[in-house]
Amino acid sequence: MRKSVLDHLLDWSGRIVLISILGFVLLPFVVVAIASLNDGAILSFPPKSWSLRWYANAFEYRDFGAGLVNSLRIAAVGATIALIAGAGFAYVFNRYDFMFKGLLNTVLMSPLIIPNFTIGLGLLILSTAASLPRSIWLVIAVHVVIVLPFVVRSVYVSLKNFERRYEQAAESLGGTPLHVLLTITLPLLLPGLISGALFAAILSFNEFTASLYVVNQRTQTLPVAMYNYVREYADPTLAALSVIYVAPVAAMLLLVHKFFRLEKVLNVD
Amino acid sequence: MLTEISAIAPQDTGEDTAVQIDGVSKSFSGTVALEPIRLKVRRGEFLTLLGPSGCGKTTLLNLIAGFLEADEGELFIDHDLVTQVPPHQRKIGIVFQNYALFPHMSVAQNVAYGLRTRRVPKAETAERVREALALVKLEDFADRRPRQLSGGQQQRVALARALVIRPRVLLLDEPFSALDRNLRSAMQVELREIQSRLGLTTVFVTHDQSEALSMSDRIAVMSRGRIRQIGTPSQIYDRPENHFVSTFVGDANLFAATLLEKTDATASLDIGTTRLSLATFQEELPEPGPVTLFVRPEQCSLTDPDQPGAIAATVALSVYQGSYAELHLDCSVAENGRVMLRVPASEAMEPGTDVGIALPERGPAIYTTTERET
Repeated sequence: MRKSVLDHLLDWSGRIVLISILGFVLLPFVVVAIASLNDGAILSFPPKSWSLRWYANAFEYRDFGAGLVNSLRIAAVGATIALIAGAGFAYVFNRYDFMFKGLLNTVLMSPLIIPNFTIGLGLLILSTAASLPRSIWLVIAVHVVIVLPFVVRSVYVSLKNFERRYEQAAESLGGTPLHVLLTITLPLLLPGLISGALFAAILSFNEFTASLYVVNQRTQTLPVAMYNYVREYADPTLAALSVIYVAPVAAMLLLVHKFFRLEKVLNVD
Repeated sequence: MLTEISAIAPQDTGEDTAVQIDGVSKSFSGTVALEPIRLKVRRGEFLTLLGPSGCGKTTLLNLIAGFLEADEGELFIDHDLVTQVPPHQRKIGIVFQNYALFPHMSVAQNVAYGLRTRRVPKAETAERVREALALVKLEDFADRRPRQLSGGQQQRVALARALVIRPRVLLLDEPFSALDRNLRSAMQVELREIQSRLGLTTVFVTHDQSEALSMSDRIAVMSRGRIRQIGTPSQIYDRPENHFVSTFVGDANLFAATLLEKTDATASLDIGTTRLSLATFQEELPEPGPVTLFVRPEQCSLTDPDQPGAIAATVALSVYQGSYAELHLDCSVAENGRVMLRVPASEAMEPGTDVGIALPERGPAIYTTTERET
């Protein structure tokens, strides 16, 4: 069948819309990436001369290194705690009926509605009232509260799609409930669990607003360190760091992708 | 190899009961799925639970397996009370419709699962896995993953996995419905062979009446959470006890009739303007009044329309089926206006031909018309 003029028009306008959307989404990153190569000491766009020296500066600046280590530790520990707690909650929600189930669900999901700064401020007030030190565990606690709903959702969906017949077959073959959980349920849910945890780690790694309330000089995360830097200096170091910042997040996303694909493979019967 | 497995599954010892279901019932949030059921499965017997979806057959299977807890009643396996026993202690083998092979394990690991849970020594496990795979002719597939197997092969693995634990009862939950037709009949024969060689008590759930008729020692026909009739395939087919069984199993022609008079063994009735006297196998006939006369296609024969006792009909459609033809007849006294019978393909008739239907003197069943149900 021959394409009419209208078909061609739709074809081209569709492509243009698609490219515009992609461009719009990527535009900030492109601008920052270009600005990071500016040789001058003032963040300006477009750059007049080119240099990589701000990248060197980003690597040398102490607060960034310490912030990165903090951020990675917080993300790793926070995501692990959120995974264990979230998977437990999701399992109980999926398998059992109990009083106040709906209420508990609402409470668990409330961090999706409550702004991050409220969560940070709330835990700050609480920890001060309880005379708790502003240690890294306080930051981790804040991050767990923020990412937990995402983990619960992710595991819950995996459980909902889980074929109960696998467990029943295993039980009929003499597997005790615990043995079935360890040898059948958990291995089959693993891709969902890992991608949930990585998603949580990425959210935690990017978190800024709530962290701002609960960190101190020693426990500040990378985003907070960047914020503090930009308040003092206006050079392109931050632009360079922003480009570097993409690397660990992209690595985590690639991992998630790998596991999502893996899950697909596992679901093939 | 066979003696090894069959040593555990006891041979048929007459009327010995392997599974006894004693007034077991089940409701789901107020909806009755299963009325109190009484049923005995004999040792070594292949018993089929047959019924349409929602009739409670799968609920009953899940109750026997222990995946569901009965609301009331007791369940015995090998004379042990198991009503409160969890599934992993019941020693029951199950093959599901989708086989539920563990996708993260090899074929051999799947089959070995039930031995590892029971801490069978390694050497014995390897030997029994090998035997079980040999039984289903899959020795060479031990290291494959389930997804690398065809549907029929997957089913054999599921069967081997269920048999290797030497189950007291084998439960089959519509295991053939995912297979294509040729493979299905081959697997049915193979399964039945293995089952009778091992003398394995088997409860088979299906909605496919031809499958039930061809495979079973006995069939329990279920509808609406009740067992409507239980008996051998020929009892079910030839002597259905009620309207539901007669129409669910096999093809049936239904005629609207009026029962005039009944004696111990005969009934006289009017079908339209035709008066007939029939011998019946039924122990109890309905009261005189409007009834439904039920006749299998092969019990009807074609005759001249003017023949006394013949029911007038017109050929509506002739469907060629290879060795025979299905004649669909328009008939004013049939309950849905149609009668179907089979004739040799060479005797097929043109649409529009007027014919007479001759009913047999023995065989048809008579039910009260109000008993109609789906």
